[in-house]
Amino acid sequence: MKVKKDANWKEVPLGGIIPEAGTSDEYETGSWRTYCPTHDAGKCINCLRCWIMCPDSAIQVKDGKVTGIDYKHCKGCGICAFECPPKVKAITMSLGAEPLGPEPEKK
Amino acid sequence: MTTQVALTGNDAVALALKQVNPDVAAVYPITPQTELMHAFAAFVADGEVDTELVTVESEHSAMSAAIGAAAAGARSITATSSQGLALMWEMLYIAASYRLPIVAPVVNRALSGPINIHCDHSDTMGARDSGWIQIFSEGSQEAYDNTLMAFRIGEHKDVLLPVMVTLDGFIISHTMEALQVLDTKAAHDFVGEYHPAMNLLDVDHPFTVGPLHLPDFYFETKRAQAEAISRATAVILSVAEEYAKISGRKYGLFEEYKLADADVAIVILGSAAGTAKVAIDRLRKQGIKAGMLKLRVFRPFPGNEIAKALAHVPSVAVCDRSISFGLNGGPVFNEVRSAAYGSKTRMASYVYGLGGRDITVEHIESVYRDLLKANETGKLQKVFNYIGVRE
Repeated sequence: MKVKKDANWKEVPLGGIIPEAGTSDEYETGSWRTYCPTHDAGKCINCLRCWIMCPDSAIQVKDGKVTGIDYKHCKGCGICAFECPPKVKAITMSLGAEPLGPEPEKK
Repeated sequence: MTTQVALTGNDAVALALKQVNPDVAAVYPITPQTELMHAFAAFVADGEVDTELVTVESEHSAMSAAIGAAAAGARSITATSSQGLALMWEMLYIAASYRLPIVAPVVNRALSGPINIHCDHSDTMGARDSGWIQIFSEGSQEAYDNTLMAFRIGEHKDVLLPVMVTLDGFIISHTMEALQVLDTKAAHDFVGEYHPAMNLLDVDHPFTVGPLHLPDFYFETKRAQAEAISRATAVILSVAEEYAKISGRKYGLFEEYKLADADVAIVILGSAAGTAKVAIDRLRKQGIKAGMLKLRVFRPFPGNEIAKALAHVPSVAVCDRSISFGLNGGPVFNEVRSAAYGSKTRMASYVYGLGGRDITVEHIESVYRDLLKANETGKLQKVFNYIGVRE
């Protein structure tokens, strides 16, 4: 059951529940970031520590490889950058809600 | 079939809860409620009920546990008094707004400070805007009957709200009284099997309880809640009618005692109504037409019905066993007078019995004498009064 955005009081779900699962995926919660991570695929060794430690499932992974960051949900906490091994430093935090330019080319 | 037994108010409510056999009880002791759940815990220990009894670390946790259990589809109960209810405060609002039909007997006790363990209604009166249905009891019989009916009212599909059944601390809770009780089968059949409106354990239909409501949805959810509690009035009456068929005892939103032809009347709730009945009978013998409106259902407040029932009485005293600081008169007075706005009835406020101060037949007679004087002179001597305080 979808709840209409303009549902009146007779149409809202009983007790203010969200009557279906997984709806946070559709809800943008990353817009109020103060800092933003940028992932460098060229440096990344795909150890997946960032993926394990991200409190918001914002590290996108496909076939065991980090493919990017879900900016719709990332809150900019910086845990991914902190957990990325010091010798790798594949994630850079920068001030502002937006990531740094296009991902740099691999040398 | 009914049997006459002698029980304290606490034991009478514990018996009703045993007959209901709820799924979960979240309990924490506080005087004068302690004995109630103590008795119920014995039923659990003796295997007389199937209830999962959870002993928690505070009343805040008791209400939280009841909320969690109710959201998981369990018929849930708790009970408390005074500071315990105060500690439940934020969770009371949450239980009501999540529309969880928890039943909680509250054994009325004054709020600290100064610390006091005796009866007044300041605990439940403070919770009057929390969204709970509130039903007051005059004695053990009513506390028993109201507890059984509370489940049917709260769980009704048009309502789905938590229900507080109150009984006066010590005066009812610890006083042995003869009452008629139903046999367990009749009581259990009346309350019926519980079919929860929401059940978090139904994994095929996942949903989220308690999500954030921003300005775009909060208001509609509260508006729906307001409608639900106003629908409860009709449900309370229909459940009472059904209960009368099996018990022989019929309840309304309030009880009118010799009110129909009254020249002077009081509005009162809880155990003091019994004292008032004695005063009325004495005055009637002297030819004074005294009457009473004993309020049973305080939330939803039956304002229109009360106004109608009092319309013909020239002078009325509204008695509060609680006080609203900074507001003249107690909450019952202010609500009754507001409901009767535009009526010709003169209304006076009488605050009595705080912290368990005794109220006697003579006290109530003196209130009626004030009202008789008002009828004679056409004017109340004083609108805001205290009974039984050392002046």
